[in-house]
Amino acid sequence: MHAITGKQLTAGGTALALLIILPLVVSSAFFQHVMILTFMFAMCGVAWSLMGGFAGMFSFGQVAFFGIGAYASSFLLLTFNISPWIGLLAGGIISALMAAAIGYPCSNLRGHYFAIASIAFAEIVRIVFNNWKLVGAAEGLTIPMLKESLANFMFHSSKLPYYYIMLAFLLLAVAVCYYVSTSKMGYYFRAIKESHEVAEVLGVNVVRYRLFAIMISAFLTSMAGTFYAQYILYIDPESVMILPISVQIVLVAMLGGASTVLGPAIGAAILIPLSEYTRAWLGYKGTGVDMIVYGTLITIISMYQPAGVWGSITHLMRRAK
Amino acid sequence: MSASLLLDVQGVSKYFGGLQANEDVSFQVNPGEIVSIIGPNGAGKSTLFSCVTGFHRVDRGRIFFKGREITNQKPHKIGKIGIARTFQVVQVISDMTVLENVMTGGFLKHTRVADVRRKCEEVLAFTGLIEKKSFNALALTISDKKRLEVSMALAMEPELLMLDESMAGLTPVELQEMIALIRKVRSRGVTVVVVEHVMEAVMELSDRVIVLNTGRKIVEGSPQEVVANPEVIRAYLGERYHAVRQ
Repeated sequence: MHAITGKQLTAGGTALALLIILPLVVSSAFFQHVMILTFMFAMCGVAWSLMGGFAGMFSFGQVAFFGIGAYASSFLLLTFNISPWIGLLAGGIISALMAAAIGYPCSNLRGHYFAIASIAFAEIVRIVFNNWKLVGAAEGLTIPMLKESLANFMFHSSKLPYYYIMLAFLLLAVAVCYYVSTSKMGYYFRAIKESHEVAEVLGVNVVRYRLFAIMISAFLTSMAGTFYAQYILYIDPESVMILPISVQIVLVAMLGGASTVLGPAIGAAILIPLSEYTRAWLGYKGTGVDMIVYGTLITIISMYQPAGVWGSITHLMRRAK
Repeated sequence: MSASLLLDVQGVSKYFGGLQANEDVSFQVNPGEIVSIIGPNGAGKSTLFSCVTGFHRVDRGRIFFKGREITNQKPHKIGKIGIARTFQVVQVISDMTVLENVMTGGFLKHTRVADVRRKCEEVLAFTGLIEKKSFNALALTISDKKRLEVSMALAMEPELLMLDESMAGLTPVELQEMIALIRKVRSRGVTVVVVEHVMEAVMELSDRVIVLNTGRKIVEGSPQEVVANPEVIRAYLGERYHAVRQ
């Protein structure tokens, strides 16, 4: 990992400025909705890449933290009238603690076995929530309508505030991931991904650093979950805790380039609009054509860009130098 | 037990099921020495290494480093205490550059990235890999990979460096370079223990040689004493080494 150069800073600043102006120019509500979902999955993908891409822990259970984030803030708001912003932090902390509790006994699991354990964990969480009366069980939770304001994390007249909040969350995730990947922790994560033996020999406490990766990832994913609840205003286990969301997060990261900071964001920028627009164009027919088109496109991209789209871009840039 | 000893291995035994890999092995290493552990295949050299560095739990016996007991400590703790090792099969981090590999070791004693980078560039200059610092670790030749592994270990600023067959598979020129490097490491004040098959290197480098056979220590002494010992010749060197020497 290298320090950011002036050129990269300019490019990043330009891209950010474009993203800030974009919804002011394109006012279509559907377009803004697609962008918001793109940012959200980009954030989850970036969070996933910390543990999956850098530290080599291939999790298919991220949706559990997404769901816990959604439920924590909604439950606190409904029951105790606690601000969703505090719920956001509470959800992040609960998710990180859950991540540690499940990550610790899985300390020695690698590769496929870790993936299987993560699926099992997420399914258990989903089933628990499906039956847990206190949090609405299968009926889910409806977030109460509050006055439109930033303090209430609620907006009715426009999607723009959600757009900018999600963009800010994504920037936070990218900043955290960039900071971690260029610091001692990032080097240790990559050593752990190579092999636990190598890492141990270099003095890395593998158990501890794996937990760091899982906990940071869970916290960020949980933030995205809280955002989703405040954005959609209704959650149930079948909308925020199902395996396809985990798969989508992994796809976004893998497609974009899993062990890079910006890769997952690029992956989301390709995959989410693809998924949303194919559904909007073809989904109403009820024939599944949208899923066929979507799946075919993913297959094509994966075949030609196995290192991820971002990997190919950086490769091209290096060759151009 | 004398406090001036760096490493003190006392009666270590290790079994894999019914197989005795090490049986009551004791040896000591003084600060500043180069000690070689030799023996035929399956004599228990690498197992002994792994017992000292925490990769295997010992079944009996105790191990002390600078007077402090380290028996059955976790490998990363042993790394922090000041023992670094390399592996028989070279272990580097494949999706990192040479410098990044070394820096991963450098973070043990330093935290600021800029400090670590500077220190690790010094290490690479010392081991002769500085020209290749931006190469991907996988793009290196075997001999450079072994050099990289030594660099990673040195970046941890250890007091004791344990090398598991760092000379195997090298050309004669590379072998001489590696011998020179290990001497240089020692002159920096790092004590070295090697497991080695290449007798040429053992004879040239070692202050002391420990010979294992079927898990037990059979002889210990200077390189000259050891090769002249009839038991060693019978157990390990055999007719072939004699033939080579004549």
